[in-house]
Amino acid sequence: MKSKLITSARSRRSVLKGMAGAGALLAAGATPRFVQAQSSEPIRLGFQLHRTGIGASYGRWYERTASAALKVVNDAGGINGRPVEILYEDDGTDPKRGAEVVEKLTTQANCDLIFGALFSHVVMGSAPRAGELKVPYLVCSEGHHVASGVLNRWTLQPGITDVKSQVQAMAPWVTSNLGKKVTMVFPDYAFGHDHRDFFTAAVAAEGGEVIAHVAIPPTETSFTRYFPQIPSETEVLYHVMVGPAVLTFVKELGEFYGSGDRPEIFGFIDSLEAVDIASPGLEFLEGTHFWEGHPRYKQDNATEHETFYREAVGVDDNGASVSDPADVSTYAHMFSAWETLFAIKEAMEVAGYQGPADREKVVEAMEATTEYPEGQGHPQGPKTFNGKTHQAFGLQSISKVESGKLMRVHQTSMEDGFYPDEADYTTMSF
Amino acid sequence: MDFGPFLLLALMEGLVTAAVLALTASGLSLVFGIMRVVNVAHGEFFMLGAVLAWFVSQWVPGPAPLTFAVALVVCPLIVGSIAALADILILKRLNYEPEATIVATIGLLYILQQAALSFYGPDARPVPAPFSFRIHLPWFGYSGYKLAVVVAAIVILLAVWLILKHTRAGLIMRATQIDRDTARAFGINVDRVYAGVFAMGAGLAAIAAVLIVPIQQAHYLMGGDPLLLSFIVVIIGGLGSLRGTLVAALLIGLSDGVISTFFAPTLAKIIATLVVALVLVFRPQGLFGRRAI
Repeated sequence: MKSKLITSARSRRSVLKGMAGAGALLAAGATPRFVQAQSSEPIRLGFQLHRTGIGASYGRWYERTASAALKVVNDAGGINGRPVEILYEDDGTDPKRGAEVVEKLTTQANCDLIFGALFSHVVMGSAPRAGELKVPYLVCSEGHHVASGVLNRWTLQPGITDVKSQVQAMAPWVTSNLGKKVTMVFPDYAFGHDHRDFFTAAVAAEGGEVIAHVAIPPTETSFTRYFPQIPSETEVLYHVMVGPAVLTFVKELGEFYGSGDRPEIFGFIDSLEAVDIASPGLEFLEGTHFWEGHPRYKQDNATEHETFYREAVGVDDNGASVSDPADVSTYAHMFSAWETLFAIKEAMEVAGYQGPADREKVVEAMEATTEYPEGQGHPQGPKTFNGKTHQAFGLQSISKVESGKLMRVHQTSMEDGFYPDEADYTTMSF
Repeated sequence: MDFGPFLLLALMEGLVTAAVLALTASGLSLVFGIMRVVNVAHGEFFMLGAVLAWFVSQWVPGPAPLTFAVALVVCPLIVGSIAALADILILKRLNYEPEATIVATIGLLYILQQAALSFYGPDARPVPAPFSFRIHLPWFGYSGYKLAVVVAAIVILLAVWLILKHTRAGLIMRATQIDRDTARAFGINVDRVYAGVFAMGAGLAAIAAVLIVPIQQAHYLMGGDPLLLSFIVVIIGGLGSLRGTLVAALLIGLSDGVISTFFAPTLAKIIATLVVALVLVFRPQGLFGRRAI
């Protein structure tokens, strides 16, 4: 028994077979790349997708949104006259697998570029590998990590505003309309810490004060035990939560406060993404406020681009799938997948992209961009792009729950979200 | 919030945790006590119970209390059948060798988890509670359903105890636990007992999950926490001792509630793990376990 385990008697034939196989692999890998760089070859975009794991509800809708955008791009002639393909690869919303997916999409699937990651821990885990492989890595993540300067020249965020800008833009409205004594409830990792740090600072700048921070581990499934930490003098309860337990979080918040005396509630729609506001137990949300990156319910003054986008992705006026009203979208975030694809198209066309040798040119072209005007490619609204910090800035909405629907009561201006640059990626080497 | 109401909330939360934990861990303890199998897939049976409860809530028409009652009966039966099948097809063929069964149940864990991912999907889905009334206390509100979970868990555990102590099936199980070979010599079909015990253990986890799923939601990754906590409880209580499991569940549940409310949930987990380490060092047989011969 034992001897069988330790001897590795390979026959000569199997060794020869293995050598032949390895030789064939080497030969295939060593084929010159330029034969594939003909201009009729489709452009292959890798999409790092949270299809499973805690980000799955986002992943489902990011895939639908990106596929819808792809159809629009291809119907209009593709990029540089070349057809475009998207290769979706699941990362399990896991940083380790995220880095492997970047590797696989780049070296095995020969993608020209990678985009699509949302969860900040996945971005933090994957971006360094993209930098090593020298492949443009465009994130749709909201996190402040891109603009903070900790990532690299290859990582950009052209499709969505970062948390620092979002919370800074809204803090004045919150302190002047809801109250000045704020308690924050947030997930205890990078994304939540962005909220904690920047909203606390923004409230202080407005003369308010964050009187308590309640950090909740991102894997938590039960929340009632945290609520006693909310001081009773709280005027505004600020909540942001992510992951599969968000519905439980909001329900338990409702049980805790019920119909009685409670502070004003201001939440990030993240706490309710992919969740129906009409779910039983959520009635207490009536009259509370939410940040929305993009209003889930179609507003009366919706633009034609907004209408086109909603129809193309297959979302009804209540923000749910047209084929299943119970399948609620992640509407406040998923526009970033759409807009990032159009930003890619623009950068690749400006750079005259031919093949992987032109990847640097794509990054440089995007860095040179300053504006993404509102239009079919940017239905959420106009964006300003800062080439130095690799970060886009857009307009934020504050909505109020009225008769079970989110109605926009305030929209920030572009300037509300600007802050001094913290980095200059353009001075970094590739 | 004042100290009094704060403590009340902490104890109520702890009691709910303890109730669910006691159900889940007693399943694990039963399987180990009688079969000497460390079932690493126990958390996945818990998850299966929750996921099946969602399917029942979708497919069975009628008001929420009715579908919930159906789920409470049907889900443990299905999960129990799957477990019995796993026992017959896998564990029995390994002759219940300790090392082999650990590896086999790890494999089973992944198979069940990926099957749930394939057939149920990656989303967390809510299951409606059979009733929803909110208890209005002067300081805070509390879900009435959560307290009902505690009562239900006590009733079910009582039933398990009655079955083990006062029925013929319980007698046969205990006989098999004490000495498998002698039991076989007395004409007991040990294979059938093992399949039944494995099914019962999984069924208990499934019942716990059906009870908890209206509070949490059904998700394919939800089996991890119950597994870890069940192991903690079973080790502290003494492997195979049902009484020890119940006491340990109450201890861990309440301390988890109090520590995580007053301090931090992470601290509660740290302390629980520390207690396990101390128990293993100073009293390896657990609080109520008998020393191995």
